[in-house]
Amino acid sequence: MDMTSTHAVELLKKQIASHELQLDELKRQLAEAQSYQPEQQQQELHEPTFQPYSDPLAHDFAHGVAEDYMNEVLDVLSHQSVQSTLPNRWPLSQGEYRRYGRQLIMPEIGLQGQLKLKNASVLIIGVGGLGCPAASYLVGAGVGTLGLVDEDVVEESNLHRQILHSTARVGMSKVDSALVSLQSLNPNVKLVPHRGRLTPETAISTVRPYDIVLDCTDTPASRYLISDTCVLLGKPLVSASALRIDGQMMVLNNPPRPAGDLTGGPCYRCIFPKPPPPESVVTCGDGGILGPVVGVMGVLQALETIKVLTRTPSPGNEAPSSEPPTLLIFSAYTNPMFRSIRLRSRKAKCAACSPHATITPEALNSGSLDYVQFCGIVDPVNFLSPEERISAENYAKLRMEVNPYTGTEPDKNNHILVDVREKVQFEIGNIEGSVNIPFSNVSGLPVPKPNTSSVVSDNATWVSELRNTPEKPIFVVCQRGNDSQVVVKKLKELGLDNGGQRWIGDIKGGLVAWREKIDRDFPEYY
Amino acid sequence: MTSEPEKINITVEFSGGLELLFSNQHHHKVTIPSHQQKTDEKSNTTQGPRTTIRDLVTYLCDEVMKDPRRDLFVLDGTVRPGILVLINDTDWELEGEDAYEIKEGDAVLFVSTLHGG
Repeated sequence: MDMTSTHAVELLKKQIASHELQLDELKRQLAEAQSYQPEQQQQELHEPTFQPYSDPLAHDFAHGVAEDYMNEVLDVLSHQSVQSTLPNRWPLSQGEYRRYGRQLIMPEIGLQGQLKLKNASVLIIGVGGLGCPAASYLVGAGVGTLGLVDEDVVEESNLHRQILHSTARVGMSKVDSALVSLQSLNPNVKLVPHRGRLTPETAISTVRPYDIVLDCTDTPASRYLISDTCVLLGKPLVSASALRIDGQMMVLNNPPRPAGDLTGGPCYRCIFPKPPPPESVVTCGDGGILGPVVGVMGVLQALETIKVLTRTPSPGNEAPSSEPPTLLIFSAYTNPMFRSIRLRSRKAKCAACSPHATITPEALNSGSLDYVQFCGIVDPVNFLSPEERISAENYAKLRMEVNPYTGTEPDKNNHILVDVREKVQFEIGNIEGSVNIPFSNVSGLPVPKPNTSSVVSDNATWVSELRNTPEKPIFVVCQRGNDSQVVVKKLKELGLDNGGQRWIGDIKGGLVAWREKIDRDFPEYY
Repeated sequence: MTSEPEKINITVEFSGGLELLFSNQHHHKVTIPSHQQKTDEKSNTTQGPRTTIRDLVTYLCDEVMKDPRRDLFVLDGTVRPGILVLINDTDWELEGEDAYEIKEGDAVLFVSTLHGG
């Protein structure tokens, strides 16, 4: 069996195990539900029904009361009893009163609020760090219908923050994994899976059936697409994002008035008319993310959604009142951790929600709007010549084998290996003998102007240390082989190659390649 | 010839990762001239217009930012797309954008949008 089929078998085993667990859980729930039933039936028997001779009044009825009067009373009583067994006597089921009791007794929700939640349909786009906690709380709160959109499968590196998924479900689609968790959390909620990525062509038909949308995605392109779709369909949008120790949240298009109505809430394009330069966009994979940080933001999205769905019209005004638009900023390591920023209202020239809007349902459906293009793509870094790069395998040979050309013995000390990952990553694991010069230290260093290099003093100790060993070639390594190219270029600009006498180059594919090809034990944390 | 222009003290704050460009420091106390200087054809300097956010951005790039990656902060002469500027906790769009005239004690916050989720 090759690697892929082994992997597939493992995957299937895991999925079977996970489904068996789910089956056990369902059986347990069924048994529990069945054990409740007789109890409920008994309770119904205890409800007031007419039982002759059981009390003095009954005796009167039987012996001393006129028959027509007795029949009349019996009729009333029997009607009462019929009414008590009608299924629609109370708007919620017994189970629902018990389940939602703690939020039902709050004036902010109340019975009317609970019914609004029950009648609401919510779409969560992205079932990751934001979508998992948001979905948990909304399903817990009893929204009627919850749709989930995602194209990814669960990975081990998701589990520290994506709380609906589990170790056994690594490899399962995120939507399916979330369904398992959410179904067992609250079987009253109708869950609708949308496996796949939201595209301009599918956006309108996917979003249309829902009342409100949560943007839990992680790219600028999807954020613009979701916002545009919500404006076109008149849906409020709860948008959040997180990175490292920071989070942000906005409720957009709220109230969701038609395009051109300036009393509607601003959309994503009103706040950010132009996308950020692609090289400024950092993903959780590259920048890192603390689980509770993104969790807080997802929970807040659920909270804002509940607020929007249950809001009541303000007195004297038919339309429900809306808060002025704000951006909530969360920063885990500052004090206070939260702050709220007052945002602008709709932009008079917004491309999506103004009278001059150029984004139309037709343009979206036809696929003529290219959001990925709009937001730009970072081209893969590739500006070193082949002579300036070495593969992980060849670098390993250089360290471990006799050089076939020069006959020199392998030696870790006949060259310098510079690891340009940030210090915290270097400390997780590094190649023996490498020195750490973080990328931020290198990229932050001003480059001397040409012809002045002789008088420029080295304002960083690592530069002078590299200058002190002019004979040793320098190998630069980073995570994937992008930053290392930038650093090689920079070191040459700093004149460290002695006008071409010293070889400076990088290891192609970085430590990812090193781990794949040479050292399988090297920590895989990316 | 004029006397030294009056100085004003403000706080500048960076968030959402922008602090990485400013020595990884969130809060900065900044003292800037209340007015820009104007130089006429006879090289006489006189008091020019009040200092605006535009002037502050230039000042931050020239004097505070150590990182050479300026294009992660400014683009085409203004703050790059994807950065919100907030003056005393209000979107600068409501305050006249980069033409806003800075006052003593103002708090200016630059927030980079996040995209992770």
